[in-house]
Amino acid sequence: MSSLWDELEQFLDDVEKPARYIGGEDGAIDPEHSPEKASWLLIYPDTYEIGLPNQGLQILYEILNERDDSVAERSYAPWVDMSREMRKRKIPLFSVDTHRAAGEFDILAFNLSAELVYTNLLECLDLSDVPLYSKDRNAEHPIVIAGGHCTYNPEPFADFIDIAVLGDGEEVVGEISEIFSHWKSKSGKELDRSGLLRELAGLAGVYVPSLYETTFSKGRLVSILPKVEKNITNVIEKRTISDLEAWPYPKNQLVPLTEVVHDRLNVEIFRGCTRGCRFCQAGMITRPVRERPREQIVSMVEKGLKRTGYDEVSLTSLSSADFSGIENVISEVMTQDSCSPVSVSLPSLRVDAFTVDTASQMQQARRTGLTFAPEAGTWRLRQVINKLISDDDLFAAVESAYSQGWRRVKLYFLIGLPTETDEDTLGIVDLAEKTLEIGRKHHKSPSVTVSVGGFVPKPYTPFQWFGQNTEQELLRKIYLLRDAAKKIRGLKLKWHDSRATVVEGILSRGDRRLAPVLEKVWQKGGIFQEWSEYFDIDLWKNAMEEEDLLIEDFSYRHRDEDEVLPWDHLSAGLHKDFLWQDWRDALNNQGLEDCRWTPCYDCGACTGYGTEHVVASAVPPAGGSQGTGAASQQGNEITVSISEIETVKNLQASGVNE
Amino acid sequence: MRCLRVRYTKRGKIRFIGHRDVARIWERTLRKANIPVLYSQGFSPHPRISFGLALPTGFESEAEYVDIYLGEEFFLKDFDAELIQQGIDRALPTGMDALKVGIVSTSEDSLQEAVDACVWEVRISGISAEGFKKIRSELFSCDSLSIERERKGKILVEDVRSQIHSMDIAEEHTDGVTILTELGTKPRVLRPTDLLKRINSELRTVRVLRKEQLTLQGNQRIEPLSIELHPAAPAEVLA
Repeated sequence: MSSLWDELEQFLDDVEKPARYIGGEDGAIDPEHSPEKASWLLIYPDTYEIGLPNQGLQILYEILNERDDSVAERSYAPWVDMSREMRKRKIPLFSVDTHRAAGEFDILAFNLSAELVYTNLLECLDLSDVPLYSKDRNAEHPIVIAGGHCTYNPEPFADFIDIAVLGDGEEVVGEISEIFSHWKSKSGKELDRSGLLRELAGLAGVYVPSLYETTFSKGRLVSILPKVEKNITNVIEKRTISDLEAWPYPKNQLVPLTEVVHDRLNVEIFRGCTRGCRFCQAGMITRPVRERPREQIVSMVEKGLKRTGYDEVSLTSLSSADFSGIENVISEVMTQDSCSPVSVSLPSLRVDAFTVDTASQMQQARRTGLTFAPEAGTWRLRQVINKLISDDDLFAAVESAYSQGWRRVKLYFLIGLPTETDEDTLGIVDLAEKTLEIGRKHHKSPSVTVSVGGFVPKPYTPFQWFGQNTEQELLRKIYLLRDAAKKIRGLKLKWHDSRATVVEGILSRGDRRLAPVLEKVWQKGGIFQEWSEYFDIDLWKNAMEEEDLLIEDFSYRHRDEDEVLPWDHLSAGLHKDFLWQDWRDALNNQGLEDCRWTPCYDCGACTGYGTEHVVASAVPPAGGSQGTGAASQQGNEITVSISEIETVKNLQASGVNE
Repeated sequence: MRCLRVRYTKRGKIRFIGHRDVARIWERTLRKANIPVLYSQGFSPHPRISFGLALPTGFESEAEYVDIYLGEEFFLKDFDAELIQQGIDRALPTGMDALKVGIVSTSEDSLQEAVDACVWEVRISGISAEGFKKIRSELFSCDSLSIERERKGKILVEDVRSQIHSMDIAEEHTDGVTILTELGTKPRVLRPTDLLKRINSELRTVRVLRKEQLTLQGNQRIEPLSIELHPAAPAEVLA
């Protein structure tokens, strides 16, 4: 094994942001390679600035390097100028730790957290000199693994990977290392790659796509079944670590030498969320809630700040304000002995319990913007999506923000939600206008930035059956908002490119027929598709057409209850009938309370795995309506028929299938 | 008012980080080393530190300087320069080493104003020592040397001959030479790479290292540290 550094430093001066490729971060581990160990290259297939802070990757990086049977390094997708240079000079993808070639590692493990990076997976494989398709690889080649939230529907990229891992990776990476290092030690004998994959398929949470066969009939998926082989399970269950306290990682968070996103100390305070927002895949697939003990959080923050020199810590989770006694945690963190002020940020501020106290307490060192996410413009639609915050909750939150000195507030919304009418869409501008009115009580010229994203239905959510809004329909709604927002002083409207939403939709619920589509888009240079300057809808539309596939089929049509979904052979624990019922409730404007503080709905996430919530407090936090029944009386009742045909009609009436 | 002035290096892989990144690293370093830097006032306070002449990304240096603004009490109560230098050195990343610390008064010129010349070590490939000596003597025999430089979007033609104080071969290699050159920084910094390109477009610079930043004191050029304290042993740099 040798370092490519000598070759790299010849031309790093000539590429944009060369610091992306040098490694050397505080917290980087000097890898101890040895022939017996399984060597992992953990790859985040986006730029260094986006990938470096990823906590999942950092956690596995530490765990794998602590083990005796494994070693890990990191890599990120080289930017287009760099990959051009690399190809010209025949330099393969390399690790940033010791700059060794990707092909020299045993395992290439990709973290996939968004659909639009799928073509970067292909780009990284190609740069690594590894055949794109799993079927073309042999014992000489690394094993290609995918993890991250996208593996809950890995079918679009299933042909390119050898293994997908579902759920928490802390334990399973060790199990994979054990099997791999043992397999590697079988010297003399011919190393049988397919035997290895079969053995790995025996691990819980491990899906080997090549062992499953998909059958299509009349343009529809009809089954995904194990190829006739022994010991291959019909359904692959996700992995869940039940005790976060046992995994206080990352212990030495990487501190980059150059600027990255989320450039601060990040401490994960809990995993999972049971708010039950129906559009939110993360909240569904990471159940149950598992809180880290308060003392551990405080000590991780204390040590982390001291070691890194950061003056800001983010207490991360899907809904950090929901942590039992979050106010106490924040004040403990803030009162630490330090010569400079410390800021605390919560990545997801809850709208309904935002107290004056926490707002003023949190940001001593510097104040960043405040973002609230009501997600939908009217109470009715918020009941549909189960984001049970009332208008008054929002107004109380912004009142407190403006009165504490913030002049700018950001509001985040989705458009294209099930049952959405133009009244709902325009409700967004209405909320923003009222927010500004509150702001004017405190400032001369307050401002509100409204960010609007197009809704993409995701697997394992109650909305997985919903037909996504078309590109034109989303655009129409954006224009509707734009026209309404024009007249309002202080209101800034931003929106996500609806063409990108289309592609996300295709991939989100796609199946194996998309492999050649991904390959074609990649071949035509369609990488970094989540970067607006490189996103190209025509590449996707052309590739779909060449493969005789209709966007309509993948994205825009509603699914029936009995349709086979491409991820039916994988499981996040959630019962399909629970999700279906929740979908029906949604169409009935019926909210569902948080199960942390109410009896179990038997969604399957706890009962199926013998786990349960790990929370310090079994009562809801104070403030706001908290998604309790009290709130739901505020909305207007709107009747939606529950019969199948009527439902579809209602959806169409609301402008879904144009 | 006084500040702590630190001389530090930027060598090895870390030469590829930009000036803003260096500033961020210093902010974290001071917190790690528990140096109670003063903060600016306002909605978004930031630590008060200022740097000398910016080093182009990709260049190495053994003579970077930073001024750190501190309350007067920092210098009064048992000020131990060696301990401070060591503490900072430990907190800096690989490739950045704190070599010396000194105390300067804020009434003196800022680093950027005070520095009058830089000494550069440049590794050049594709030329013999003889070939370089010829280029050198031609250079010093001219009275003027004009260079085109871009400034705020405009192309300026400037005579930089008087900014070239010295240029000598420090080492000969099989495939080139290493030179030492002192270049004036007034009115504008003259980069050794720009100069060499102007002299002979065939010359290929492989590596550039800033050896010194100098200020003019009477007739002498000296480094901008008013007191010299405990030079550190050169740290090993991985590259």
